[in-house]
Parts: sequence; C-alpha cells; structure tokens
Amino acid sequence: MTSVDFSHKTVEMIDVVKKFGDFTANDRISLTVHRGEVHALLGENGAGKTTLMNCLYGLYRPTEGVIRVNGEDVVISDPNVAIGHGIGMVHQHFKLVEPFTVAENIVLGREPTKTLGRLDMAEAERQVAEISERYGLSVDPQALIQDISVGSQQRVEILKALYRGAEILILDEPTAVLTPSEIKELITIIDNLTSEGKSIIIITHKLHEIKLVADYCTIIRRGTFIDRVEVAKVSEQELAAKMVGRDVSFSVSKSEVVQGDRALTVDNLVVRDNRGIAAVNGLDLQLYHSEILGIAGVDGNGQSQLVEALMGLRQVESGRILLKDHDITHATPRQIIGDHHICSIPEDRQKRGLVLEFDVAENLILETYMRPPFSRRGVLDNGEIYRFADHCAETFDIRPRNTGLQAKSLSGGNQQKVIIAREVSNNPDILVASQPTRGLDVGAIEYVHKALIEQRDNGKAVLLISFELDEIINVADRIAVIFEGRIIGILDGDEADENRIGLLMAGGSA
Amino acid sequence: METFVNDIAFIIGTTLMYSTPLIFAAVGGVITERSGIINIGLEGMMYFGAFVGAAVAYFSGDPWLGFFCAGLAGASLGLLHAIATVSFSAEQIVSGIAMNFLGVGFALFISRLVFDGATQTLTVPKKIPLPLDFLFGEGKLFASSGFMDLVFNRFATVYLAFILVFVAWFVLYKTSLGMRLRAVGEHPEAADSLGISVFKIRYGAVITSGFLAGLGGAAMSIAVVSRFSNTLISGHGFIALAAMIFGKWKPQGALLACLIFGGAKGLEIYMGAKGVPIPSGLLATLPYVLTIVILVGWVGRSQPPASIGKIFDKGEN
Ligand SMILES: Nc1ncnc2c1ncn2[C@@H]1O[C@H](COP(=O)(O)OP(=O)(O)O)[C@@H](O)[C@H]1O
Ligand SMILES: [Mg+2]
Repeated sequence: MTSVDFSHKTVEMIDVVKKFGDFTANDRISLTVHRGEVHALLGENGAGKTTLMNCLYGLYRPTEGVIRVNGEDVVISDPNVAIGHGIGMVHQHFKLVEPFTVAENIVLGREPTKTLGRLDMAEAERQVAEISERYGLSVDPQALIQDISVGSQQRVEILKALYRGAEILILDEPTAVLTPSEIKELITIIDNLTSEGKSIIIITHKLHEIKLVADYCTIIRRGTFIDRVEVAKVSEQELAAKMVGRDVSFSVSKSEVVQGDRALTVDNLVVRDNRGIAAVNGLDLQLYHSEILGIAGVDGNGQSQLVEALMGLRQVESGRILLKDHDITHATPRQIIGDHHICSIPEDRQKRGLVLEFDVAENLILETYMRPPFSRRGVLDNGEIYRFADHCAETFDIRPRNTGLQAKSLSGGNQQKVIIAREVSNNPDILVASQPTRGLDVGAIEYVHKALIEQRDNGKAVLLISFELDEIINVADRIAVIFEGRIIGILDGDEADENRIGLLMAGGSA
Repeated sequence: METFVNDIAFIIGTTLMYSTPLIFAAVGGVITERSGIINIGLEGMMYFGAFVGAAVAYFSGDPWLGFFCAGLAGASLGLLHAIATVSFSAEQIVSGIAMNFLGVGFALFISRLVFDGATQTLTVPKKIPLPLDFLFGEGKLFASSGFMDLVFNRFATVYLAFILVFVAWFVLYKTSLGMRLRAVGEHPEAADSLGISVFKIRYGAVITSGFLAGLGGAAMSIAVVSRFSNTLISGHGFIALAAMIFGKWKPQGALLACLIFGGAKGLEIYMGAKGVPIPSGLLATLPYVLTIVILVGWVGRSQPPASIGKIFDKGEN
C-alpha cells in the first residue's frame, strides 16, 4: 500500500463506451491507475467490469473513449498490442490449454525457438523457473495443467502475463475460485508485484478483500461510473451501498425459533471419492426441523461427497442415513426428492443445478415435469409450465422476467434464484444448500440468505455447507465443523467465534 | 519356401501401395482437426484430386504436375470449407457433406466436358515413377520380383507419404507453429488471448488438409492405378477419417491405422489372386471389417481436441 507512485499514471481510461448492438455494457466509464497501485474495480454481476477490462486488453474494441498507457494515447486493437504495452490479464475463467504443460502454456505465442522454428522447451522451463522464483509464484513447469490445483492454475495465468513483461496486471475475480489459504498466498503475490512497481487492477465483489489489498477503488453499476474512492477512507458498508445502489445489510436478521423434531440422522457414514479414498469417514450428524445447521470446513474435507451421498448421487460404503426412522441410505435421487422431500441447491449450479441450454421455465420444472399439472400422460402442458414459471419469476425476482430465455444467458445471481425457486416451490422438508452464494455479489447473497432463513422459519430443516466462515457464522443456528470426513466439533451459533471454528477447521481441538 | 517369402513380400508391398492414399488424407485430417475444424469432406477432396491428377497427367504427360495440381484441387475445396466454417461459423459437418458432393460433382462434370461425356479419364501416359528404378536403373538395385524388390521398389508417393508423416509429427510436436495449432484446437480463446490468430491457423490447417487429401486422391489415380474412374475413390476419405480417429489424432497413429487397412486390402488382393474360394464381394469387405475389428478391439478410447466442431466466437462486433 505504500508503493504507489502518484507521479506516474500507468493506465487512464477516459469515458470509455462499449456497445454490443443496442446494448450498452459500458457507458462512459473512466479509470485511472498509478504505478505500484492496486486498483479495485467493483460492481455487481453484469455491471460491465469484465467488458471494460477486455477493452483494455484488446479483446474488445471500445465504441468510444480514450485509453492512455503511461501518458500516451493508444489504440489497443488486439491482445498483442496490449501485451506490447505491458498489459497482462488473468481472466475469470482461466484460458489454459489443459493437456499442455505449465511451461508450454506460459510461453505459448512467444515460444523460445532454435533453428527451423524448433521449440526450445529447456529454455522455456528455465525462464519460467526464473520468473516464478523472482515473484514467489511456485509452479512445476513440467506438470500438466489438468493435473494441478486451481490455485496453481491461477499462478500459471499470472506467470503468463509476467513472462510477457506485464507491468499492468488485470485480475478478473481472482479469488472467486480460491480457498482461504490460497487467497492469502495471492495477496502476498500481489504485494510482491506492487513492490516491484507493477500496477494491479483487481476485479472483485468481495468487499473485505478490497479493504485488504486495494489502494483505490472504482465502482460501476449497470455499466455506468459511480465513484472512485480511496479505500482506506470508506467502510465496507459504504462500498456495498455504492455498488448496489441501496443499503445492504451484512448481518442477517433472524428471529428466534425453537428447534423442532429431528429430521435427519446420519450415522457412521463412509463414502468414497472417485479415487477410492474414504472422503467421508465415519460421519455422524443430526439435523432438526426449524434450524439451519452449518457445515464449516476447508474445501476437500468430504463436503461434496457427503452431499452427494445424501442426495443419492453417490454410493454409500457403510453407515446409515435415516429420515426420521426411515432408512434412505440407498434411495435413488428421484425417491429422495419426490418421496422423501429432500431438495438441494447444488454446489456447481452450472453443471448440476441447471441445464444451461434449457430455458428458465424448463429448468424450473426439472424435478416435477412428470407430474400434473405440468404433464398428463407423458405430454407436457406448456401453458401450465409457463404460468408457473412466470409466477416463480415474480415471487423470486428472477431478472429478466422473460422465462423463455436460456438459463445460460442469466447472471450467476439470477441462475441461483432459478434454482432456489425450483427447490423451494417443491416444498421440501429438508433443504441441502451447498455453497449457495459462491461467486455471487452482496445483493444476491443477501437474497439467498433470506431465502434460507425463511425456510427455517417455516419449520424446515436446512443444511448449509459453505467454505465462507462469515456466512456460516451469520446464518447458521448450529455449526458443525468437518475435518477429514468427520464432524469434529459442534458449536452453537451464538457462542461461535471465528477463531474457535478456524482452529477446528484446521484439525485442532476447540 | 521361396514362394512363401515372396507372398509375404507381395502382401507387404500392396499394403504400402494401398495405404499411401489414405496416409496423405489421414495426415490432412489430423492437421485440420488438431486446429479444431472437422473435415468430413476429405472424401470429396480425394475424389476431386484423383480426377484432376489423372486429367492433368494425361494432358501434360507429366505425372508430377498432375500430382501437384491434384493437391491444388483438394486445397481449393479446403478453401471453401475454411470460408464456410472459419469465416462464417457454418456447421462443420454440414459443410463437410457439401464438400463431398462438390468434389464428386466437380470431378464428374469436368470429366464429362473434357473426356467426351465419360465419367473416367483415359490412361495416363506416365505414372508416378518408382524412385529406385529411376535412381539405379530397372532391376539394378534389387533382383526383379525378389523380396526386396516387391517390398521396397514402390512408387515415389509411398516414400513421400512416410516422409509426410515424419514432417507432420515434427511440425506438430517440435515447432512453435505446431504448438500454436494444437493450442488453437484445444482452447481457441486461450490462443486468441495470447495474440495467436485462430483465423489464420485454421485457414492454413483446413487448406492444408484439402491439399493433402487431393494428393492422396492422385496417389490413387496416377500411381496405384493409371486413370481416374468414378468408383476409384469409394469411401477412402472416410477410411482416412476413421484412421485419424483410431490413430488418436496423431500423424504416427494415423499412419499405423492406415497401414492396418492397407494390410487388409493387401490380404484381400492376395487371396483373390490365389483363388481362395470366398465370393469376391465378401472378400472385398475384408479390409473394412478387419480394420474395424482390429482397431476397436485394440485401440482404446481416444480423446479429440477439446474445441473440435465448436464455433469460435471472438465476441467482437
Ligand atoms: N460479447 C457480448 N455480447 C453481448 N453482450 C455481452 C457480451 N459480453 C458481455 N455482455 C453483457 O454485458 C454486460 C456486462 O457483462 P460483464 O462485463 O461480463 O459483467 P461483469 O464482469 O461486471 O459481471 C452483461 O449484461 C453481459 O450480458
Ligand atoms: Mg465478469
């Protein structure tokens, strides 16, 4: 934070407009970044952050506006030009060639060669090792991308930019896919880079990260410029309000509810993952009506396998799952959803939660299409389906209201609303929510939390799995900490504090 | 014993001869599909190449000119396929089918015009030469119809096919051009974001595949036989396509698969010549059946390049 050199403006974007046909994604947005500065670009999903940065990186050509790099007007017609001006970009969805090695991905397009255009991979690996050492980005140059963790993949993306001599690095939602410890590493890397005089533009909608790393912040909303602020001088609340355009409450308001009867019992459950390792390893759990039970833990401690076993998507090795007194250990997904009234908000909403090519209405009846009123004798009744869908869109505020749109054209937050609408209108007794707010902005997160609490208030049992400790502490009535496939501690929501849970999550005893 | 050894040599020799047209086309297939564009038009491109090669060789008397023009004929269809699929994001299978109709249509149309309404060319005065005879004189290096002669004294196209496989392997895996081409086929957005022109690479790859398929056609019409006829290329382009898939989208793998097919063809011809009492129609299916059985049973699942057949949209407008 002390490394900003105000005498040197590395990037100035002035009144940039970007239109897609009639739609204006960026409407006269300006942005200034200095040498050594970490500049955050803040906005809700769909606000136009990625579009703006794609203009800077030459993937899109701005419709209007001026871009200056190091004080000079430039026209960035393609990424090569951007690279030539020292601009590098790490995209939100990584652009890595999976079957290639780390070194191959880094040098691609600028490969060191010998005579006859032959690749010089030894030289490439040497250079990669050199840069990775210099900035503390540890990678194995010879590993294949498909074999390394998401955190390492991100380091490869950063190395790609540094290899091309980037002085200005754009990071598009870099923390969305990282675990808390990987986020810490990333912050260290960012500090290393700025202390070398590089400028960073970081896109995020996680406010505490902005407070942690950024010097300045530009806020945009629905494609328009809202404000540019010095991060140290504003609170998270103020940032959120500027981003969403209204006040957002962080602390979730919950009424007191008395815990109900036992809804679900998990008894000594063992579930193997794809590699055959017991990812869930003797897990015990009780879930009651009128409560939200939060499962806290670091990613990869068996959360996914537990949910898959509960929903009938993964074979249970041993142990039992009891619904009241009824054994549902080996029930099929359709029995679980249809007969036992357990519904889930899956962790990967694009893979498991939605059929992206289907429209919103079709996605809303994925679990009920085979029953009246949506179908009779195997024939779908589109009138009923769209009537129901429009009703859902209204009740759950799915935007845009057009339920004939493909699910993939919706923003992440609205995709999640479609899933919530489907699961909640199915009127489940038990709702299993895995990472329901992953990748969503504060407005949408608030919405999801309210929906979960409403379920609890209506006497349902809610199981909330999340890697975000804040979320668990804010929303859950009881908190179970999962570690290496077992619940190693249960705390009451009121008495839980971050340090105690953090300790348990790392395998310590509270 | 002598005849047995010679029989083996005969089978190996015919194997090489019949594999050659497939190898050209299959390597072409590898190159285009590695860049992410499916080309099921190989058949039509071979067909057109086979005709143009024979026609040019007939009129000019120069088989090499014919061979080269066959490549250009295939490449011209490749260009059309590239315009449709790369520039206009047309469905690649549909465009490929169109190429198959076009290749056959062009060939027969021009044939009728210049060969008095016939759907075949006249016999070319000179076929593609045998390089060993050319270099050392006929029967000088190896005794005529001896083992070595039967195996190695083959058309220049056979040697070229093997050289082509090596060159394609070298370019794909050892040069920066090849790495870029494979990157474009796996993840065009990634390549694009690094300033690699997906457009140029794909145009180059599709046109090259047409060129090679055209050469493959000529390797049939002016080497294996000495004229073009309307049934000369019957499914060879599709066999080459299958060989490319069974060969896991690698030049060396495609070579192996083509050799297996060629081997089955060699066996068919050998058994036919020996008068094995199997109906000739049934015998003719042998290469196809054997190829499928061997390859399905023996080669595992193969993974196509990730972006294959998908439309690459720069998102720019
Ligand atoms: N290539 C494109 N064509 C049409 N619309 C687009 C394109 N890219 C983005 N948009 C639209 O522009 C808006 C801003 O998108 P984006 O910049 O990705 O938002 P953010 O990164 O802030 O979440 C969205 O409404 C999106 O649908
Ligand atoms: Mg974005």
